[in-house]
Amino acid sequence: MIEWFVAILLVSGAIFMLLAAVGVLRFPDLFSRMHATTKASSFGAGLMLLSVILHVQELFIILEAMIVLIFIFLTAPVASHMIGRAAYFLQVPLWKGTIIDELHDRYNLHNHTLASESPDSATD
Amino acid sequence: MIIERAAYISMVIMTISLFIAFLRLVKGPSTPDRIVALDLITMLTLGMILAYCMLTGQFVYLNTTIILALITFLGTVAYARYLEKRVL
Repeated sequence: MIEWFVAILLVSGAIFMLLAAVGVLRFPDLFSRMHATTKASSFGAGLMLLSVILHVQELFIILEAMIVLIFIFLTAPVASHMIGRAAYFLQVPLWKGTIIDELHDRYNLHNHTLASESPDSATD
Repeated sequence: MIIERAAYISMVIMTISLFIAFLRLVKGPSTPDRIVALDLITMLTLGMILAYCMLTGQFVYLNTTIILALITFLGTVAYARYLEKRVL
């Protein structure tokens, strides 16, 4: 019974990773590609690590897999946030069907700071 | 038995995903696209190592996944910081 559960978790994690790869090939824009790859790939790796945790009985291996799981879920948002910030500073082109860009001329090109209002109307 | 079959199937799926992510790595019009594709390739390799662990029952390879998760985070942060500040 538990074997079927482990196998289903393993294959569904692999399918989520396939969805991430298809998204990174097919989406039109860097930011939508990041939307596909970060969430789906870390969720797929989490499902596969969960199947490892359910499969083994030794405590040390379970702890090791849980360390990898926690580490991935802590670091994937930080890394993708840094890539998105750098890409916005480099002015990577958005998709032509983009409706709203809320950060438009709200950042300073010289000292690389984002402001909550546009830098021309800032008083200080 | 069923776990071995599931490990084989997931390794096949993971290989197809590696080819697709490699296509984006070659095509990618800008540098952040390539960084995202590299990040995805590292995660796919991690999943492939996990499937190989389930296939053989040798769970020593889990040490490799710790190192891989650490290296992909540090590499991505270093690339992004270089792109933003132009110094390391």
